[in-house]
Amino acid sequence: MTLQNRSRLFVFIFSFLVWLALTSARDVEEVIAGLIVAALVTIVAGKFLITSEKSGHIIRRIFSAIKYLIKFLWEMTKANLHVAYIVIHPYLPIKPGIVKIKIKLTKDTAITVLANSITLTPGTLTIDVNPEKKELYIHWIDVLSTDVEKNTKTIGGKFEKLLTEVFE
Amino acid sequence: MTREVIGMVFILLGIMFDFFGVLGLVRLPDVYNRLQAATKCVTFGSAGILLGVFIIQGFNNFGFKALLGIVFIFLTSPVAAHAISRAAHRSGIPLTKETIIDQYQEDNELKD
Repeated sequence: MTLQNRSRLFVFIFSFLVWLALTSARDVEEVIAGLIVAALVTIVAGKFLITSEKSGHIIRRIFSAIKYLIKFLWEMTKANLHVAYIVIHPYLPIKPGIVKIKIKLTKDTAITVLANSITLTPGTLTIDVNPEKKELYIHWIDVLSTDVEKNTKTIGGKFEKLLTEVFE
Repeated sequence: MTREVIGMVFILLGIMFDFFGVLGLVRLPDVYNRLQAATKCVTFGSAGILLGVFIIQGFNNFGFKALLGIVFIFLTSPVAAHAISRAAHRSGIPLTKETIIDQYQEDNELKD
């Protein structure tokens, strides 16, 4: 089976399962409608889910993904307490600025996940990606330093290692 | 009974963080800082509310809808923030006076 067809098969099964979970289908009509919707989704977006042969052991990758999720949820809780602190503080203790960090990840999916994680973690918001030079521009509510290398470590460092294990 | 209490606690926490997000939207100085508050707190708050709904409802189709809602909020809200902030910067919305550095602007000037 070619890569594209395998990707389509996965998308079809997945969207059909989501449909079943959403409607808790009791009638044949609902199941048939679900099949039609899943087929439509597959036609439009089927080939985008799997784009390359994955390397590495699947169980190890799932394990890294879970570790990543736990880390992400913890960082996100911290981010919210941080924003709450700033917002409640009478003098608004902010020192905003836009900084640049370097990334090592190569896959589009991995970069997207990293950018989204950075947006949801304390004080940082991804503004733009430069895929050729492998750079992310980040709005930082409380700039600690203006050095690119140092910022790469503070902002991207905590996720990048885990994401490399998950995606590459 | 306990399930409902736990669910209510999550919903309350969610509403609290949503409130902080809105407060940030009003108090912070420019569009980028406001987006910071809006994305983080509103994502977390809405996820909290939906999680509370899921805990109260359990594994029926109502609960599943809430869970799916959490997944989609987590995926889409950072992307929306990225799109808005990038568009704002490109159309020349100034950063607040307290800003100390703008490396995005510096690099764009180099390109032109």
